[in-house]
Amino acid sequence: MNVLDLSRWQFGITTVYHFIFVPLTIGMALLVASMQTAWHISGNETYLRMTKFFGKLFLINFAMGVVTGIVQEFQFGMNWSDYSRFVGDVFGAPLAMEGLLAFFLESTFLGLWIFGWNHLSPRLHLATIWLAAIGTTLSAYFILAANSWMQHPVGYRINPETNRAELTDIWAVLTNSTTLVTFPHVLFGAFITAAGFLIGVSAWHLARGREVPLFRKAMRIGLAVSLASGIAVAATGDIQARLMTEQQPMKMAAAEALYETSAPASFSLFTLGTPDGGEELWSLRVPNVLSFMATGDLNGSVEGINDLQKEYTAKYGPGDYRPSVPVTYWTFRLMIGFGALASLLALVGLWLTRKGRTPGSRWFYRAALAAMALPFLANAAGWIFTEMGRQPWTVYGVLRTAASVSPGVDVATVAISLAAFTVVYAVLAGITAVIMARHVKAGPPDLTAPKEAADPTIPALTY
Amino acid sequence: MELTTVWFVLIGVLWTGYFVLEGFDFGVGVLLPILGRDDTDRRIMINAIGPVWDGNEVWLLVAGGATFAAFPEWYATLFSGFYLPLLLILIALIVRGVAFEFRGKHDSDRWRRGWDRAIFWGSLLPAFLWGVAFGNIVAGVPIDAQHIYTGNLFTLLNPYALLGGLVTLGLFLLHGAVFLSLKTDGDVRTRARALALRISPAVVAVAAAFLVITQIMHGKPLTWVTTALAAGALIGGVVAAVRGREGWAFTGTAVTIVLATATLFLDLWPNVMPSSTSPLYSLTVTNAASSPYTLTVMTWVAAIFTPVVLGYQAWTYWVFRKRLTRTPIAQ
Repeated sequence: MNVLDLSRWQFGITTVYHFIFVPLTIGMALLVASMQTAWHISGNETYLRMTKFFGKLFLINFAMGVVTGIVQEFQFGMNWSDYSRFVGDVFGAPLAMEGLLAFFLESTFLGLWIFGWNHLSPRLHLATIWLAAIGTTLSAYFILAANSWMQHPVGYRINPETNRAELTDIWAVLTNSTTLVTFPHVLFGAFITAAGFLIGVSAWHLARGREVPLFRKAMRIGLAVSLASGIAVAATGDIQARLMTEQQPMKMAAAEALYETSAPASFSLFTLGTPDGGEELWSLRVPNVLSFMATGDLNGSVEGINDLQKEYTAKYGPGDYRPSVPVTYWTFRLMIGFGALASLLALVGLWLTRKGRTPGSRWFYRAALAAMALPFLANAAGWIFTEMGRQPWTVYGVLRTAASVSPGVDVATVAISLAAFTVVYAVLAGITAVIMARHVKAGPPDLTAPKEAADPTIPALTY
Repeated sequence: MELTTVWFVLIGVLWTGYFVLEGFDFGVGVLLPILGRDDTDRRIMINAIGPVWDGNEVWLLVAGGATFAAFPEWYATLFSGFYLPLLLILIALIVRGVAFEFRGKHDSDRWRRGWDRAIFWGSLLPAFLWGVAFGNIVAGVPIDAQHIYTGNLFTLLNPYALLGGLVTLGLFLLHGAVFLSLKTDGDVRTRARALALRISPAVVAVAAAFLVITQIMHGKPLTWVTTALAAGALIGGVVAAVRGREGWAFTGTAVTIVLATATLFLDLWPNVMPSSTSPLYSLTVTNAASSPYTLTVMTWVAAIFTPVVLGYQAWTYWVFRKRLTRTPIAQ
């Protein structure tokens, strides 16, 4: 393995790992804020206990999101210094905005929320969790604007003297068509993730007959959010597919293992190719569906990998412009499949819990617990798809991945950091899972117990 | 003022804010096993920084992001060049960050002891390594014509930079001890004050030595002034600590960190990363900067949102202004 391969593995591992916690943070922040709002308005203590219980789980997750996020901010410079030099003028702007507008907001107000229970007026305390939630959502917007620029660069020019990208229109970057459709797609994906978490945790307790009123309510919230967000994710994904066909035709062709340009194009249900993805051996296809997905027209023409390769060679010079077809093809399907399964379960769950019912069968609870993993897997597959499908580029059509890596960093150095991150992350994953499970099992807090800091002038001793 | 100057100053301000704020967090973290005799003590100490440490750490993230946006060359050369020390800092910050959150989540002495160790090392390493990093930035490191760092890990571990590491570690320890004497009551407060007095001669000596060497090698008339003021603030802070004026003592250590950081940045100017290979290869505010358009956009963003951030962070400190005592948790 060379520096490029190791750096790519490190970026992939640290990013996918970071994105386990991010969607749960975004989704849970809004759900917990909503629970506290419900308590604030209704005065119903069930909602307060729900807020405290899920709030604690949210914080364990949030801590992991924060610490793994620091690595993300630094490794562009550490491992991708040529990328940073080339794009910093454009890409750095949304990143800096994310820090100033979003990170400060979420961390400061979350600190106030955690420690402010006995300290701020109820209304002010409620405002702190909402501000933290807005911070997490804003953060997603800016980082997706940065990523979308890599998928579909806009609002820039290449300075012929320095041979670097320079920002010419910040508004174009912030309202990039790719950003505008990716942001809701990721946001609703985050809601499904948090909703799946609510459903699974509630199922664990309901299966044991514990705290039935509270967890039935929590489960209903989760199911409704999951289904509604599932529909929104599918709708935004559909727009994304068409945009992708237009902006990154090679990614779409690879996602479909479509080797030759076709009109109409059929949708591949299952394709077996050679292991390197160079050629198709056998496939099962539904006629016209891909044409419709990609162009909105049943007979629309969709470009194939081989034709695009020829086209790109003519445009960008000799080289291999094909992403890994097996990876792109399968992650695309896994993303859709896992997401659809989660929505299906939400639909079944809503039916089983209709009109005050509580499901009696254990299989539903088991399925709900197992299904907690589905949105996480769909998120990971989606990111691997969109990043691997963009290869061999870091900035589509502008900068190649091979030209992005740090020239001054040697193999041993990257090997050390890759090993260190992998080991630390694996250990922390284990510890986080154990702590989470313990808190789930402990159940919601008893509010009649004496409070720790009754004196409102002294900050609560939370840690 | 030129926009490159504005951004050089702004990045200096961000690092200064980071060192002043997370400086006492680091100090408290290192002092945890030293001043905390039992778990209640240690909980008081951690809770003294509990509501604010995460917000304080964001100053680092924003300093990194702002460097990326305003001086991409600086960001690229610095972070790829100082790869391994940065890796250590990152791992330390990861372990320390989760330790705060995880230590109270399971009722076992062994569990909490383990995380206390994580907080200690996770605070000690960055407190020391940031000084090493800034010592190297000011002194210059081997950088070639393509702005690529050509040294290795041991190039960075030179005596001057290591002295810089001792300075940040010492200043942050003192800053943390003074902070604890200001924010707690009872035994922790007494012990923190005693420790601050005990370590202050060594901290003053190390800081003075480092700043004088820095001035002789890289100084300018203006920075002799900031150096003298920094020394004055440090000594004033120590005197205030001796007299039990905790608020003034904390102001003294905070102002010392502000002026020491300002001295380093002013000595650096107009370079951002001097090259020890050849002055021709040095990264400067001009050749490392983004385009005027990007700097203009970012200046507007910073001008509008920095006051807002400062406002709500200051308000947080106001909300949690009361001292922490044993009474609510010892019961």
